[in-house]
Amino acid sequence: MSETQRILILHGGLLVLLFVLQFVLPAYHHGNLARIMVLATYAVGYNILFGYTGLLSLGHALFFAAGMYGMGLTIQHAGFTPAPALLVGLVAGALVSGALALLALRTAGVAFMIVTLMFAQAGYLTILYFGEYTRGDEGFVIQQAQRVLWGIDLSDPTNRYFAAWGLFGICLLISLWLVRAPFGRTLVAIRENEERVRMLGYDTFAHKLTAMVISGTIAAAAGAFYGLLFGYAGASFASVQYSIFPLLWVLLGGAGTVLGPFVGTLFMFYLIDLSSGITTAYMLIAGVVLVALTLFAPQGLTGELRRRVWRWLP
Amino acid sequence: MTLLSTRGLSKSFGGLHAVTNVDFDLPKGEIRALIGPNGAGKTTLVGMICGRIAPTSGTVSFDGVDITALPAHKRIMLGMAYTFQITSVFPRLPVAENVALAARRRLHGQEVEAAVSEALDRVGLTEAPDEEAGNLSYGHQRLLEIAMGLAQRPRLLILDEPTQGLSEGEIDGFKALIRDLAGETTILLIEHNMKVVMETADRVTVLNFGEVLAEGTPQEIHENDAVQAAYLGTG
Repeated sequence: MSETQRILILHGGLLVLLFVLQFVLPAYHHGNLARIMVLATYAVGYNILFGYTGLLSLGHALFFAAGMYGMGLTIQHAGFTPAPALLVGLVAGALVSGALALLALRTAGVAFMIVTLMFAQAGYLTILYFGEYTRGDEGFVIQQAQRVLWGIDLSDPTNRYFAAWGLFGICLLISLWLVRAPFGRTLVAIRENEERVRMLGYDTFAHKLTAMVISGTIAAAAGAFYGLLFGYAGASFASVQYSIFPLLWVLLGGAGTVLGPFVGTLFMFYLIDLSSGITTAYMLIAGVVLVALTLFAPQGLTGELRRRVWRWLP
Repeated sequence: MTLLSTRGLSKSFGGLHAVTNVDFDLPKGEIRALIGPNGAGKTTLVGMICGRIAPTSGTVSFDGVDITALPAHKRIMLGMAYTFQITSVFPRLPVAENVALAARRRLHGQEVEAAVSEALDRVGLTEAPDEEAGNLSYGHQRLLEIAMGLAQRPRLLILDEPTQGLSEGEIDGFKALIRDLAGETTILLIEHNMKVVMETADRVTVLNFGEVLAEGTPQEIHENDAVQAAYLGTG
């Protein structure tokens, strides 16, 4: 069996499994998994910039929120239907990430982290400042009637699951295709040794800019779908916490692996879910598990799997 | 026909004049060695030629076009290749992928694989193309650098101390490779090993304190008193 076949079977297998699961899962886990798939999409986007290009952004909540508010505000105030509203969310994410990339990519390392963090905070404060339209921290609910996409009611759990599955599947396959294409391999090389890539004749700035726009647009897609599927947009999604989450998920699942973002999001979600069932000090349990994981699997769960068993994992 | 020329090229770092007023011409097809004591400004000069370092003043032209304002990656695309003095490969990527990155800048699909195995063949690194480059011995990493340069099929190949750290046998292989490349491409070779210079270069340029001290055939340079005093040592 060739490497490409194995990769397609594994990643296709996961999508088939997720598709089938929805017929057997109890309602509670069914709802969870829909949410996890949307959040994992966010992590997939983050992973393209952090895991593959080696740029640690602390400002991805800005892109997630750009998608969410691009979608939400046009539905709420301009009376858009979901399809064009989602498109506005995507375009907003692409524009915001492109603009931030032009500024932030003039820096590197810690300075890049700080610049992205600061702009994301500025974005968060902007949402609060325009509370008249955004309703600030309180946020606003997107009514059921406003969530009907091409005649499909996205507030219905089954439809919601399918939409989340479709979004995640498309973004996972984009990510898989990207990292195996020459462009993605150049990104990996930039992560490993940027100066050498430049001296091989590549415009590394243009590559990093493109990576950041792809990453930001996928994050925005996740934000737009999150708002639409769960019927709510609020400023907390633009807070620094939501910039840290995808970093954590990707680190846990395995930075620079295609499946890592999903594995990490799933793991983290259920770690908190299960430990909060045991004690109110659930963050303590989660913390201990995270420390252990960092000690014993520093490359994340999927990264460890690649190191020990499946060296061909993309 | 001149492939590369510099006029009045200078670089100062603060008060230190690393390179001063260098006029340098390299005809097409020649193998030129650039020698000089440590700190003579060789790497700085070459850095200005390939765009890694911005000059303080002066111009660089390549194939008749002024490229002084071009960023490094655009100069590379015009047909320059630069191999680093301090080995700079992608240690966590496979050997073949290192070379493929160099080849993909001009080739696509199947052609890349062919160019990769050809380049690895030429430097004699055929054993483990799937090995991570970081696991190679130092000498083999030097050879990998050269293979990456070859895969770019450059019109001007700049080699910055390529034989540093190579074994005697590997140096013999390198000299054979350079002779093999003669006529195919123009080579600018920064080199400390005088045996390599004498046996491979058509002409030699000597830098001392950032200025061109002498230029001529290896024989002329060997017999030049000023060069003897500055660099080769008497006797």
